[in-house]
Amino acid sequence: MAAMTERSSVSLETCRVDPLNASTCEPLLSVSGVTLQYKTKQHLVTATYRVSFDVMPSERYVVLGPSGCGKSTILKAICGFMQPTEGTIKLKGQPIRGPGPDRVMVFQEFDQLLPWKTVKKNVMFALETSGRLKGRSAEEKALEVISKVNLTKFADSYPHTLSGGMKQRVAIARALAMEPDVLLMDEPFAALDALTRRHMQDELMQLWEETRFTVLFVTHSIPEAVRIGSRILLLSPHPGQVKAELNSDGSDAIDPATGLRLSERIHRMLFADQIESGVPVHD
Amino acid sequence: MIDAASPSVAPPPPRPEYIHEGPLNQDFGVVEEPLSLWERLYDNGGFRKTLLLIAIAAIWEIYARQLNNPLLVPTFFETVRAFVSAIASGELPDKAVNSVRLLLQGYALGLALALAFTMLAMMTRIGNDLLETLTSMFNPLPSIALLPLALIWFGLGDNSIIFVLVHAVLWAAALNAHSGFRSVSNTLRMVGRNYGLAGTRFVFKILIPAAFPSILTGLKIGWAFAWRTLIAAELVFGASSGKGGLGWFIYESKNMLDIPSVFAGLFSVILIGLVVENLIFRNLEIATVRKWGMQN
Repeated sequence: MAAMTERSSVSLETCRVDPLNASTCEPLLSVSGVTLQYKTKQHLVTATYRVSFDVMPSERYVVLGPSGCGKSTILKAICGFMQPTEGTIKLKGQPIRGPGPDRVMVFQEFDQLLPWKTVKKNVMFALETSGRLKGRSAEEKALEVISKVNLTKFADSYPHTLSGGMKQRVAIARALAMEPDVLLMDEPFAALDALTRRHMQDELMQLWEETRFTVLFVTHSIPEAVRIGSRILLLSPHPGQVKAELNSDGSDAIDPATGLRLSERIHRMLFADQIESGVPVHD
Repeated sequence: MIDAASPSVAPPPPRPEYIHEGPLNQDFGVVEEPLSLWERLYDNGGFRKTLLLIAIAAIWEIYARQLNNPLLVPTFFETVRAFVSAIASGELPDKAVNSVRLLLQGYALGLALALAFTMLAMMTRIGNDLLETLTSMFNPLPSIALLPLALIWFGLGDNSIIFVLVHAVLWAAALNAHSGFRSVSNTLRMVGRNYGLAGTRFVFKILIPAAFPSILTGLKIGWAFAWRTLIAAELVFGASSGKGGLGWFIYESKNMLDIPSVFAGLFSVILIGLVVENLIFRNLEIATVRKWGMQN
């Protein structure tokens, strides 16, 4: 835990070297006043309402909220799969126009790997179709990231022979190989069993430690947000609106002002209404 | 004893914990043992089917011998003899090659059209409506019913047969490919677009492989339809410029009351169908969708 405290203070410092000169700390990704709506067969659904937040370089930014708060929809909009009805999303100051390999998404679903390609070919597919690398150099890069997620032995296996956790590791490797400006993760560990999930969280932290990539991580699990995030955005449901933005050092530290642990504070903020109205809360 | 009807059930008395000390028992005999030869053979589908085929041939032989009327049912061995001699004379292989060549032309053209239709349907909504309307109209129409019309349009010749073959392949292949494309998961689509794929690259790199189980089904159904249609068309008229196919061989043999040869012709129709189904399509299936874990 001490190590985690140390590493997140480093990440904050990358942005706060020079407090006098604010321009040294440009947000990498800036979401401002974004309202997202989509249509189902019967309804027009407002998923988020005027959500604003900034993601700094090398930050582990977690978007946390109960189901129905539009957190996955935000991620889709950042990835360029849908356009905001209101507000802007900018990456490095440029508005996002459509999907592109500068923002790579890791999905929750295990079927995000192409089943007709081996692990290595899946990673190479990403590099080659996006035009990052070709042939031999793509293969070398693929093997390098596969070894980073400890799957070297399975480089020539097909996805259907892998376990759920391994599939997610391949998806993460494929995304990291692209060296995107920001790595988008949509509840990537939600479909895993508790033990594997815990293990994957540690591995993700370790990978982050090595390359300090910027990651935007969506989850509905408070413990996961506290462990993974350096900064946590809380959204309220129906439609998603910003409730709070908190810092985390990964240790679930006690807040001196309230005397509560971070996870307890988050829990109270997200479920405040239920507590007041006497509805039993659950994790 | 606890009264089952009583609402307050007493907790069970505390029990001691049990921890096994030392090594675990090793006296359970074998964990893994190879199966006997017969068990392994019988587990093989090919072996079981061969047994069935032998049984069917035996029943046929016995029945034909009892009937003793080669004009109605020749015996199994007579049929085999006629088959072997027709092969030796080169007549049957010739006819089979003619049939297959014609079939491949129609099949290829039908598939190309199916691909064009399906891509149009994937890209525009009106294309989608067009494909749905056309497939629901023409899929139930047996292509052989179009032969009289085709003869008027294209004359007596290969073109008429190719026309009905295209009709036989096109709708089955397009229908399956289309439903396959539509069932490609949203996640895979987003993955493809995330890495910058669009247009035809998206179709060839994501949609076609992801929909391959359905496409393969379409290929198989299209093949089966085309094969049936071809033989039927050749029975109606099969000899253009002196080259007939298998259907023509059957028809001619019947005219000459050479019933064993009729059976031999039917036999080769079945045989070619089986070879394509069990060798070509099956291996294609093993090399693709099974290897990829998309079908068990």
